Amino acid sequence: MFEIRCPYCGPRDEPEFKYGGQAHVAYPADPELLSDEEWARFLFVRDNSRGRYAERWNHAAGCRRWFNVIRDTGTHELVGSYRVGEQPEDAR
Amino acid sequence: MELDPNEHALHNAPFLWRTPEPKKSYEAIIVGGGLHGLATAYYLAKNHGMTDIAVVERGWLGNGNAVRNTTIIRSNYLWDESAAMYEHALKLWEGLADDLDYDVMFSQRGVLNLAHNLHDVRESIRRVEANRLNGVDAEWLDADAVKEFCPIVDISPEARYPVMGATLQRRGGIARHDAVVFALGRAADALGVDLIQGCEVTGIDVVDGRVAGLQTSKGPIAAGKVGLVAAGRTSLLTAMAGFDLPIQSHPLQALVSEVYEQVLNCVVMSNAVHVYVSQAHKGELVMGAGIDAFNSYAQRGGLHVIEEQMSAGMELFPQFSRARVMRTWGGIVDVCPDASPIVGLTPVENLYVNCGWGTGGFKATPGSGWVMAHTIATGEPHELNRPFSMTRFETGELIDEHGAAAVAH
Repeated sequence: MFEIRCPYCGPRDEPEFKYGGQAHVAYPADPELLSDEEWARFLFVRDNSRGRYAERWNHAAGCRRWFNVIRDTGTHELVGSYRVGEQPEDAR
Repeated sequence: MELDPNEHALHNAPFLWRTPEPKKSYEAIIVGGGLHGLATAYYLAKNHGMTDIAVVERGWLGNGNAVRNTTIIRSNYLWDESAAMYEHALKLWEGLADDLDYDVMFSQRGVLNLAHNLHDVRESIRRVEANRLNGVDAEWLDADAVKEFCPIVDISPEARYPVMGATLQRRGGIARHDAVVFALGRAADALGVDLIQGCEVTGIDVVDGRVAGLQTSKGPIAAGKVGLVAAGRTSLLTAMAGFDLPIQSHPLQALVSEVYEQVLNCVVMSNAVHVYVSQAHKGELVMGAGIDAFNSYAQRGGLHVIEEQMSAGMELFPQFSRARVMRTWGGIVDVCPDASPIVGLTPVENLYVNCGWGTGGFKATPGSGWVMAHTIATGEPHELNRPFSMTRFETGELIDEHGAAAVAH
């Protein structure tokens, strides 16, 4: 279990949050133009890297808002959190 | 002190396999010395006569998920493609100790999947019928029959999640996972396979769209064919070869209690309460549950997940409240969007992949190795793994075992 800093509520224990996977996955601008391969990529393929990872969390047992976290998938170190609309470099 | 295997052998404690240095090149290399990798190497040698092969393992044999699983074996999957694959594996399990001349302690003590509500009951009966149509043994038991088969399950109607019945696969059970490592490793080694431990792959050489060899911590090794069988770390390898897979790596935790007298005579799984329990031959209660939700390559998860699975276990077996936890641990599992594996060809010629078994790979070990060996040896998927190609995410022919496979993933 680790502690996550909700940008709205402050630091709370992990069980208060729900995980939302990779952050900054944009919906395709012209989905009707995508090939099956490109559509499959958008639907099913997410970054699965080791190291610093931008990911979405929801403060389900708190303010219930979505926000982003930078976390190291190799060590579970939490680098920082930032609000939707902000960029990874805003993480603190 | 450097251990000399031959010196050691003189003292009447022979090693199960050699510890060779890698040759300059091999006909085929398997990346990953887990159970599926060892099984692949064994069947490559045994079924296809390929003995100029190596298994490269970054750690040591019997270190990763091979010995972190909860040892459950069953084949009662809902969909035809999965039932065929897992039933093939189960049939191989039934002859594995004889085939490998090593007791893997496969105990067909039966697997119960409990139903706690009307929806569970309907889904369970549907799965029993689907299993029977696929030649997989399956029975539906009502609550009294569950109690008769497994006397310590609490079936009282006052329970928070009352037991309304269960499916039973009598041919399912458990095996001793360490023994499976020993048995497969020894057998592969005896057929001439080089098992190379402490050898981490750092690069995959691709020339004109075709695999040519590996860069490793023990130097470059040329290879005609390469099979990636690295479970939770497969994405890191495919990135070296220039393509992505739709898998995500998560921690999956399990625990054992202290050693007790034999009280639990079968495997009990519950989807709604979400725990699976069995008792090891030695006497520990073995429990597992779901993944930690986040991506991770650290082999550990949160204590609250352990807490949830223990409270679920307590719900079914109130007497376990006095059992004490001896050990908890985590392994990294590779989960596909449809909770089914990817076994087959890749965009790189002569490079094959076997991954995505997620939370349920142990049971598939011999079947997975069998079809992967066929795929590597012939360059074409076996009939059983053809549906498990990575292109199914483009065609939409998913094999959606989320929930359908008798356990939530």
